[in-house]
Amino acid sequence: MNSGQLLLLSILLSSFIPGIIIFCLPEENHRLRTLLNLCGSIVKISLILVMNVGIYYGHVFEIRIPLIPGVELLLNGDPLSALFATLSSVLWLLTTIYAVGYLEGSPNRSHFFGYFSLCVTVTIGIALAGNLVTFLLFYEMLTLTTYPLVIHRGTEKSLRAGRNYLIYAFGGGAVFLVAVVWLQTIVGPMDFSAAGFSPSYIDSHGPVLSLIFCLLIIGVGVKAALVPLHGWLPQAMVAPAPVSALLHAVAVVKAGAFGIIRIVLDVFGAQNLLLLGVLPLLAGVATVTILYGSVRALQQDDLKKRLAYSTISQVSYIALGMSMVDQPLAVIGGLVHLVHQGLMKITLFFCAGNLAETLGIHRISEMRGVARRMPLTMAAFSIAALGMIGIPPTVGFISKWYLGLGGLAAGNWWLLLVLVVSSLLNAWYFLPILIKAWFGKQQGEWPAEIAIGRFETRLMLLVPPLVTAVIVLVAGLVANAQISPLAWVRFIVQGYTL
Amino acid sequence: MITTLLYSLTGLILFGMGLFTLIIHSHPLRKILAINVMASGVFLILIATAYTPLGQGEIDPVPHAMVLTGIVVSVSVTALALILACRVQETSNRTLRKKTKQPKNTKGPKS
Amino acid sequence: MIFLADSPSWMITPVILPLIAGLLCFLFSRRTFVIALITALINLFVACLLIYQLLVFGTIRYYIGGWRPPIGISLRTDGPALLMLLMTAVTGLAITLYARGYFSYRIADPVRGSRHQHQQRYFWPLWMLLLAGLNGLFLSGDIFNLYVTLELIGISAASLAALSGKPASQRASFRYLLISLLGSLTYLLGIVFFYRTCGVLDLGVLQNTAINEPGIRAALALLTVGLLLKTALVPLHFWLPPAHANALAPVSVILSALVVKGSFYLLFRFWFELFAPIVTTSALNFMGTLGAIAILWGGIQAIRQQRLKLMVAYSTVSQLGYLFIAFPLSRTLTGVPVWSAVIFIALTHACAKSAMFMAAGNVYLHLGHDRIRNLDGVRASLPITVFAYGIAGVSLMGLPPSGAFIAKWMLLTSSIDSSQWWWALVIMAGSLLAMVYVFRVMSHFFVIPKRESLKETTPLSPLLEWPALILALIALFLSLLAPWLLHILSQGSTGLAQLFPGGLP
Repeated sequence: MNSGQLLLLSILLSSFIPGIIIFCLPEENHRLRTLLNLCGSIVKISLILVMNVGIYYGHVFEIRIPLIPGVELLLNGDPLSALFATLSSVLWLLTTIYAVGYLEGSPNRSHFFGYFSLCVTVTIGIALAGNLVTFLLFYEMLTLTTYPLVIHRGTEKSLRAGRNYLIYAFGGGAVFLVAVVWLQTIVGPMDFSAAGFSPSYIDSHGPVLSLIFCLLIIGVGVKAALVPLHGWLPQAMVAPAPVSALLHAVAVVKAGAFGIIRIVLDVFGAQNLLLLGVLPLLAGVATVTILYGSVRALQQDDLKKRLAYSTISQVSYIALGMSMVDQPLAVIGGLVHLVHQGLMKITLFFCAGNLAETLGIHRISEMRGVARRMPLTMAAFSIAALGMIGIPPTVGFISKWYLGLGGLAAGNWWLLLVLVVSSLLNAWYFLPILIKAWFGKQQGEWPAEIAIGRFETRLMLLVPPLVTAVIVLVAGLVANAQISPLAWVRFIVQGYTL
Repeated sequence: MITTLLYSLTGLILFGMGLFTLIIHSHPLRKILAINVMASGVFLILIATAYTPLGQGEIDPVPHAMVLTGIVVSVSVTALALILACRVQETSNRTLRKKTKQPKNTKGPKS
Repeated sequence: MIFLADSPSWMITPVILPLIAGLLCFLFSRRTFVIALITALINLFVACLLIYQLLVFGTIRYYIGGWRPPIGISLRTDGPALLMLLMTAVTGLAITLYARGYFSYRIADPVRGSRHQHQQRYFWPLWMLLLAGLNGLFLSGDIFNLYVTLELIGISAASLAALSGKPASQRASFRYLLISLLGSLTYLLGIVFFYRTCGVLDLGVLQNTAINEPGIRAALALLTVGLLLKTALVPLHFWLPPAHANALAPVSVILSALVVKGSFYLLFRFWFELFAPIVTTSALNFMGTLGAIAILWGGIQAIRQQRLKLMVAYSTVSQLGYLFIAFPLSRTLTGVPVWSAVIFIALTHACAKSAMFMAAGNVYLHLGHDRIRNLDGVRASLPITVFAYGIAGVSLMGLPPSGAFIAKWMLLTSSIDSSQWWWALVIMAGSLLAMVYVFRVMSHFFVIPKRESLKETTPLSPLLEWPALILALIALFLSLLAPWLLHILSQGSTGLAQLFPGGLP
């Protein structure tokens, strides 16, 4: 085992081992649990950074475990997996801090944090997966490890949400498995690679390959919440706020979107997809999802539900970028939105959780004047919301800018139209919230206010959204710098011949 | 040759009769007897087989060994089945009695 | 020392040792657990030793008493047989430990303690006899000797099923005994037909003699029906759920994980080795269809059950169907022999189903019932058990990296490759059904009960919870052992090698 393999393994183990230990810890052992969590995530981030440097300088990180002929587990660090792994691990650290504050004094915490760690292990596994079988392995495991978190409250409602989540997720997993096997019977075992499979298969198996592409997209589209496979996501909002953050920004929805990227770029490859002519289909689904999610978000009064529908809409920008795989600029826009959407959405969920936890506010109509009571939280919320709308200099602007440029380069005028309409819709459902919060007058008491010390809320609840909001601003300002999500995405796109 | 065939046919008929009874009748004892009849049928065919393969009037010892083993197995299995049948009968009788006695029982212990 | 390790006489140990242990358990009723534990450990050791011998020397035959066939009886080892032996040894050890914990817990009960003492006295000898029968079944190279082992298994299994003493279990076990006898007699009749045509009983000698004659075809039909009765393939499954669900927990584990596998193993060897030349495609398709019905019917029934143990029992009916789906797919080979999927399913199911029945037994011990509606909040009091249940459920659903995933992969590949779509659909539908029945119970475990409705109970001993968890973990990570298992599987099974002239991977 060489040092690269050791590094990959320790990246996975750095959250797996704390997770297992946390399961065995007694409920009261609060301090050791927090320590384990934080140490695990800091070790993980540093290891991933080391890996990123290695990848940048062309080192190969690879673990191959053959199972049966044609089926092997492959962990592989490439620039794309580094992007997702870095995002997940950084957001995991912040979410952990947030969760420690959020769940203070609630029951079953060792259970919660145990699954939390396992969940992140699995997400990093998805990032590092080097072929479809390994991807499938972690993809199914993700469903299993998030299920206990979704039903953590143990109420009737959360159980129903959990049941729907399972049905959607495992249904998607089954479709995905069939598609993977089918693809392998045609093109043979293959790893993720920049070129995709040989174009010669398209002459002999064209229609079948198109069908397989659709099945694969359906398989990952369930988690990416593409319409009409999005039904589970708004329901899963019954889970505690850190879990929502995890579902929307760190793990589940992101895993689906990441799956779409992998399938488009690394399994089929740009050339093959253009030959097959299935990309308009993906573009259509993405467009419908973007518009549908925005329109539904408008109708919600429940803050978390509005955010959930907004996720459905925003994640599809990634799919939209992928549907113009021949335009490097559009691909950059889609890829970078993976990071940017995660940063913005997690900020929004942290803030929504703060409002619910501190003041008992769940509905938008209850938010009048809340910015005076919790200015820092609402400042973070506002930055992220403006980012979602796409106002410069936030990161949201960068994503939309590149997507628009890609569309222009391809001569897709309708794409610009979609971007404009969806931005208008975004503004329509976010700006009223901001106006209410900043300029509205408080009416009566807050629904359930908890008196908390010096700050507007617990420190552990306040710091994570502020940090992410600052990143949202800074990453937008320094997007052209040497080290930024955008720079790394450019580095990824260099590896492909688009 | 014809004798062998006759024995074999009889064995098959016995097997069929046993099977028929086993499926049709519900009484445990009948079922056990049916199994025994089936076993006898199989043994009969086996004994008849002993004569054929080598021909020339020689007797093949292997089927005899099989029949002996089979008889031993069949005896022990019958014993087990009988005991189980008795137990089933006993417990079902007991529960039946309990059920019929139940109204009395509720008063019984107090008096 | 090396000479000792190489001796072929080791092969007799897995049969003789449990037989002796059974008698000893009967004689010394105070020391039963120690005797059984030592036997199970030696059994596991010998299974590993035999695998070592197989890898070094290839197939070994052992002639009991030095008598060669056709007069004598032979034992032989090859890949599939030894894997089944290993599976039995591993689960057997876990079952022995679990049974110890189970009976200690029950005997501590002040009200019914003496009855459980009584049950325990009969459990250990019968379990040892059953182990001897199973080991004999896997190692026997003689078609009539197989009949004897089948009877031994049938008798001890039916007696074990009757142990719990409840009227329902006695009725079920009586029916079980009759079915088992019917199966053995049909099997015996098949042997008679076979012997009439071929004149030999030894499988090794028989290997190349299967010819397409009416007698052989009748023999195949009779042997198949007899074994199917014992394997409980739909529509011959009716006896299984009541017998498995009403037995004591360790007995349910034995019946569901091991006993049905014994008869299936024979069936599998007959169809793919002995009778392979005369088996027709339509016959294979017929078996596959029955398997498909079993998967769907068993799955739907499992979802409808109100009691946990019955649900697990119906899940066995469903999982057995997967074993038969492999039959029609065995002819279309690409790279990996599809029948090795059968071994993977059998191994995974043995471990996962044991874990699941153990977990169900623990829940029963803890709550005093197993009504699925009232299982709320078990997770808080039995975390390890619930974890074991969940992992076992994941393996049954065939998610990676369980052994069943490898099997599912092979079956799917084969069915898509040969454009036999319907099998792929049934396989996927089966896993989704499994998802529903596993998580229907799981979600109840996770409910946080409204008030402290759980009564005070004695905590479960580690012997009850850990064997379940370890078996579940073995099932979950079985696919990582796949290259090694395939290597063993490819050793020395001549008939299988013939089927795959290109050689096994």
